[in-house]
Parts: sequence; C-alpha cells; structure tokens
Amino acid sequence: MKSIVAEGLVKTYRNGQVKALDGLNLDVEEGTVLGILGPNGAGKTTTVRILATLLQPDSGHATVGGIDVVKNPKAVREIIGLSGQYAAVDETLTGWDNLVMFGRLYHLSSKAAESRATELLEQFSLTESAKRPIKTYSGGMRRRLDLAASLIIRPKVLFLDEPTTGLDPRGRMEMWNVIEKLVKEGVTLLLTTQYLDEADQLADEIAVIDHGKVIARGTSDELKSEVGGERVEIVVAEADLIRTREVIDRVTGAKSNLDEGLRKLSAPVSNGGQSLIEVVRELDAANIHPLDIAMKRPSLDDVFMSLTGHAAEEAIAEETAIKKKRGAKK
Amino acid sequence: MMRAVSDALVITKRQLLQLTRVPEVLIFNTIQPVMFVLLFRYVFGGLGADIPGGYVQLLMPGIFVQTVTFTLAATAQGLAQDMEKGLIDRFRSLPIARSAVVMGRTLGDGLLNIVVLIVMGIAGYVVGWRPTSGAFKIFLGFLLLLFFGYALSWAGVFAGLISKDARVVANVSFLFTFPLTFLSNAFASTTSMPHALQYFAEWNPVSTMVAAVRQLYGFKNTFGATANSFPSQHPLTMSLVYMVVLMFIFIPLSVRRYNSAGNRK
Repeated sequence: MKSIVAEGLVKTYRNGQVKALDGLNLDVEEGTVLGILGPNGAGKTTTVRILATLLQPDSGHATVGGIDVVKNPKAVREIIGLSGQYAAVDETLTGWDNLVMFGRLYHLSSKAAESRATELLEQFSLTESAKRPIKTYSGGMRRRLDLAASLIIRPKVLFLDEPTTGLDPRGRMEMWNVIEKLVKEGVTLLLTTQYLDEADQLADEIAVIDHGKVIARGTSDELKSEVGGERVEIVVAEADLIRTREVIDRVTGAKSNLDEGLRKLSAPVSNGGQSLIEVVRELDAANIHPLDIAMKRPSLDDVFMSLTGHAAEEAIAEETAIKKKRGAKK
Repeated sequence: MMRAVSDALVITKRQLLQLTRVPEVLIFNTIQPVMFVLLFRYVFGGLGADIPGGYVQLLMPGIFVQTVTFTLAATAQGLAQDMEKGLIDRFRSLPIARSAVVMGRTLGDGLLNIVVLIVMGIAGYVVGWRPTSGAFKIFLGFLLLLFFGYALSWAGVFAGLISKDARVVANVSFLFTFPLTFLSNAFASTTSMPHALQYFAEWNPVSTMVAAVRQLYGFKNTFGATANSFPSQHPLTMSLVYMVVLMFIFIPLSVRRYNSAGNRK
C-alpha cells in the first residue's frame, strides 16, 4: 500500500513569479524510506510542507496514509510527525518542558505526556540534559530533541526536512543512528537531503528533484550506475600514458578517458576496491609508477551534472551563505 | 470547543513556564512601568497644583493605560519570534484547534498584565495615589484595563504574524503605540495642544480609556473634555466600542493569517 502519494503538485510564490513545484509526482510504499535529493530551491521543503498540511498546493493533489492533505488536513495531522530544517522547539524551555508541552498538544493526559517524555528522552540519550534549557544544547542534541518531539504519538508517516544540515560529522553520525533505528521499527519516512551519502545511508529509494520536478528515481545503486558508478583515476608521467591506458582498459574492460593536460586517466569500475588492487598490481608488473592513484565515488554534483547538465554546487554554496547569516542572527 | 480551550491553555502555560525560566522578562516588564510612575510623579508633580489630590491622581490612570497599550508590541514580538524560529510551523503540524496558539498567546500576555498592574498599583499607592471610589469600582477599573490590553493584544497577534522579523515588528509596534499614548490626555491636558491634535487626542482610544478609568477611580477627568465631543462625554461607552471593534476586526484576521502562515516564503 502507498503511504504517500503526490500527483501533479504545482506551487508558485510571489504571484506566480517563482515556481517552486512544477508538476511533482511521487509515491512512497508503506514502511519504506524515500530520500528526496536536490539542491536548495529545487522544491524539497515545499514538497514536505504541502504533504505535512502546512501549505496548500496551487494544483495537483496528495494523500498521506490515504487521507487527502487539502480536504482533511486535521486527520492527516493525527498520523504524521514533522521535523524541520531548523529545530522548532522552544529554546527557553527545557527538553522535558518541550516534550510534555507537545504531548499535551497531542491530547495526551498530563501523566501520559510525562511518561512519554521520559521514554523519548531516554531513547534519544537526552535524559541527562532533560532539565536544561534547549539553548544550552549542542546542534546535534537540539535536532534529536526536535525529532523526539515529532515522535510523541508514534506517527505512521514521518517527514524529516534536511535532518543533518548544519551538523558536525559527529552530530550527523548520531542522527543517522537514531533515524536508522526508527526505520527498523517500520515507520514510513520521507527525508530530504542535499547529501548523496545521507540518502545512500538511510533511504530505500531516492528521488532526485530539480526545478520542482522529479528528474530521476531509483535505488542509490541505480542512480550511481546512471552517472557511471565508481571510477579509478590515475596520474602518470607523460611517457607512460599510452602503456598505462592499455593496462587500465584491459583490467576494467572499459574504454578509459584521457585528460592530456593533467596526464590523468580515468575509467569506470564495477567492483570497487578489488578493481583498484588489480590495476595497481598490473601497473606494477608493467613497471609503471603512477604519480597519483585514487578511487572516485559519484557525488551529488556528478549526479546533477549527468542528470541536469548544471552543477548543484552553486545552489548549495548560496544556501550555506544564507544559513550562516541566519545562524549569526540567532 | 472544550478542546480548543484546553489547547490554548497549554500554550498559555508554556508562556508562564518561560517566565519562570527567564525571570528577567517579568522583572523588566514590571520595572519599566514603575520607573515611569516615579519619573512622571516627581518630574511633572508640580503641574497640577489645582487638581484635587494632586497630579498623581490623574497620572496613575494615564500610566496604567500606557502600560497595557504596550501589550500590543509584546504580543507582536512573541509571535514573530515563534514564526522566525519555526515553532509556528510545528504547532500548525499538530492536530490542535486553529485558534489555540493565538488564543493562548493573548491569554498569556493578559495574565502578565495582571501582575504588572498589581505592581504598578502598589507603586502608585506608595507615591500618593489614593482612588476614592471604593473597592468595587477600583476593581472594575482594573478589569477595564485588562480588557483593553487584551483587545490590543489581538492587533499585536496580527502584526506579529505578518512580520518577517521579531525585532522589526517590536520596534514598529512601539513607534505606533508610543505616540498614541502621548497624543492623549494621559499626561497633560489636551487643551494646550494645537487644535488639530486636540481633535485627534479626544478620539484617541487611549484618551477615552484614561478618562473612563479616572472616573472609575473617583476623579474628574480635567485633562480632556474641551470640545464637548462624543468620546469625551462618554468615555466608558466609547472605550468599550473601541475594544469590541478591535477584536471584531483582528480576531478573525489573526486566525485566518495563522492558518495560512505557511503560504508565503
């Protein structure tokens, strides 16, 4: 059964001048994780906001748990959890205060709200900081509390809008662990991210969106192979270029690319590290000494370059600048 | 309906909890009006040599009304902050009544006004304010002040929801309410103002409120009533009309704005 269905969603801002969504279609099977991957401005947040009933689409329609998000938003709110890009909790209150408040707003009794708060704080390793105001929390702790607040009623469908943007590597790893546990418990999750490795780690399927449309969809392996998968890259002395090329083509069974200016050869490989070892062994046997040798995994930029012909990097750089500005304001 | 009320009370409780976590807010909220009481009492105290009971009898209602008028800015700032931080989004994703968040906020700001008015009343007593009308009418006077603050609070809700920046909306609300409290009979007689300003001052809701409260505390409003205008003749009626009109306009506007709060970027 499909837990989330969106058909032909269109949303424009500023009287139609900015088209955020341009006929977006997607669906998520119950109990699975869909990662929405795209640069800033692609329509990720708008999609989440429409599905979470915060925003009305100009046209198209969507259901969550079989319920129409426009016609019956209140019933949708009873079954969803939402955790946004910016930790939407009351910073002056403690973690405990926040969870009890949200529990009460989900119409739990005082007692039930308190025991659920205790449970969630425990589950997210926040028990020790329960009685401290949120403003004393680290970025990662804040996100975990925000996530905990969205899980009070054990939602059937969970929306996470860029759950790790702005976190340090350790915070990201902690967040990933928490999300993976949730997924194992069987929640249907729609997750947006700018990072391919995050989608790779957490999502069963990935939808790549750009300019308000889904432009590719598949498992992370499918998407990677679409951009060519992993590549081995070798830089050698000019005199060795031709011999090296023969070796690489033989080992990888593919036709390698040559960048003469950089004296760099690259070729797609299918079985990762093993291919690299073989290439090295063969080069050594041929008495060729590479100046540099590396495996390159496809990045979000590669996916974007290959799917859209434009880089995602500019948009991300711009977004980082905006976030820094907002961060400074706080 | 019951659920809408209990949801709103959870939001109100949150605001009261905030006050216990950040007591500075409450302290600042009460120090400022008390400072005004002291400043005006002793700087302008000589103005009303001919006023029965002295200037302080007319001053206190003026400062009471001025203080509750500033509720507008406080409410606006609180809501704009919640918008900025994304809390409004979270509230809107919950299965709660659409009026709960704004209703809870105005109630919380109203409760804060009770504390502030009590502290100011005590400060007034200390500096010589002695209402003569008896406990019941004094109580009615305070009740009227609370309702006026509550009505203005709804205008603040709307301002907070349409703004994009909490500091800007606080400053703009202040720039709007501060002159309003001075272009009135709150601190000086309107008769000394230029003619056009007199006209404005008499219709100003702050003036009708001040006049009404002065009467409820047992003093003749000698700082207004120059042109025999309707508001200066019937300050209590006119004040009630203003409050009803304010709430009639801003409650539906605010609830609607809250519901569509996500529809802009």
